[in-house]
Amino acid sequence: MTRYSFWSLLREGLRGHDGWQPVWREAEPKPAYDAVIIGGGGHGCATAYYLAKEHGLTNIAIVEKGWLGGGNAARNTTIIRSNYLYDASAAIYDHALQLWKGLGRELNFNIMMSHRGVLNLAHDDNEMRQLKRRIEANRLNGVEAEWLDAKQVAEYCPIINMSPQSRYPVIGASLQRSGGVNRHDAVVWAYARAAHDLGVDIIQNCEVTGLKIEAGRISGLETNRGTIRTPKVASVVAGHTSVIGAMAGLRLPIESHPLQALVSEPIKPVNPCVVMSNAVHAYCSQSDKGELVIGAGIDAHLSYTQRGAFPVIEEEIAAVLELFPIFSRLKLMRHWGGIVDICPDASPIISKTPVKGFYLNGGWGTGGWKATPASGHALADLVARDEPNAIAAPYSLERFTTGKLVAEHGAAAVAH
Amino acid sequence: MFRIRCPYCGERDQIEFGYGGEAHIARPADPDALSDAQWADYVFMRTNTKGLFAERWVHSAGCRRWFNALRDTATDRFVATYVIGEAPPLPVPQLVPGDQAPDPAEAIPEEAAGGGQR
Repeated sequence: MTRYSFWSLLREGLRGHDGWQPVWREAEPKPAYDAVIIGGGGHGCATAYYLAKEHGLTNIAIVEKGWLGGGNAARNTTIIRSNYLYDASAAIYDHALQLWKGLGRELNFNIMMSHRGVLNLAHDDNEMRQLKRRIEANRLNGVEAEWLDAKQVAEYCPIINMSPQSRYPVIGASLQRSGGVNRHDAVVWAYARAAHDLGVDIIQNCEVTGLKIEAGRISGLETNRGTIRTPKVASVVAGHTSVIGAMAGLRLPIESHPLQALVSEPIKPVNPCVVMSNAVHAYCSQSDKGELVIGAGIDAHLSYTQRGAFPVIEEEIAAVLELFPIFSRLKLMRHWGGIVDICPDASPIISKTPVKGFYLNGGWGTGGWKATPASGHALADLVARDEPNAIAAPYSLERFTTGKLVAEHGAAAVAH
Repeated sequence: MFRIRCPYCGERDQIEFGYGGEAHIARPADPDALSDAQWADYVFMRTNTKGLFAERWVHSAGCRRWFNALRDTATDRFVATYVIGEAPPLPVPQLVPGDQAPDPAEAIPEEAAGGGQR
């Protein structure tokens, strides 16, 4: 693998950028692998990378029905934070946050990680108490979080409407300074490049059409490019977890909804951080290109169409303008929808299944992006050892039978 | 944006309606006899079909009555709406725990798909 550096950039800059090499090879599916990962998004590529790097499993493949990072990896708003309420959540999301901090260096790829801070606004006394409770819980778990009063919020993000006359006046906010945003496709490409360098086959345009199960154990999978034999399959898809699960005869606690996002025309830097509001129901950050990246809640109905309805956009825009009247004359550039797999407790599934050798990683709902490194790390461990580690254990499928849910609706809220 | 045909009021905009999720999930007749796994299936597990799906809607800003609909979740096309208590006008693929998946090619009959809403 050619290392990227300032010098390689300078060298290529001087000779017209004609020396860059493809960073992964288009692989043809081999007849058999030691393990196959379904889904070439952030989580899938991270899983492959950690399987190869930490567990020495290199005869593995990622099968992706479209192109790398073209699903929800390309459709989320890239918000990174770890200020969830419960211990199980702190363990996985903060593990992810710590990995994000060094990921660009580890993978030798500029993932444009920007720790610009995430504000969660409080608009009434009850919300303030909830957020302060969450800050205390975060601190007990070693997760960085602090409370800002209204004056401090106005200093941290001057464009928020702080008028006491507004319909939902801002009375304070929690702030996670290490939270922020990064570059979605750079993350996927970085993991794919590093995994490929360790020997992982990356197979695009390869859709899984069935799972081969013999005597309760996975033996391979059917794809539109032929049959692949393998003793281990990990489903790391977003938006189609139930569809893959059904191929193994599993009914899952998941419903798939559209989640819409949009970006404005690019403007000069105006929003210095990520702002989220549960009560007004929107979140907004500004990309390095200058576009405002805006998101809100899900469409209520189930759908696999990757598009939602206009009333949700209208609510989304109304909410953003309530928080930021300064944006009222901006034009919107693009709008899209993704399909999010939502669990009843707003927490993911990283689990073994009743089918031996078939592992599930899904149900990340509206907020899987921030967990990408830790999700891949924990799943790789589960696939390699066939036992969940301490981080993955609370996210087993059994929790829906035992009732030991990780109920994070408060921290997930508007969409995480 | 959907146009939804309420069986009582006729076709209206989606904003008049609320959504109720998967239809035809019957409350267990004898709850005391259920195992934890059966409870989990009733409370949490969902078919979440990609394809023809039976679901509940409520005409919140109209007659305020609940009804069922058949919609293709892969295309968002409404195939039919029908009143509570009626059987779905088309067979709906269901996944029974432990069974292999229903045939994904389970096609919606041409006349039903082409005919739009009832």
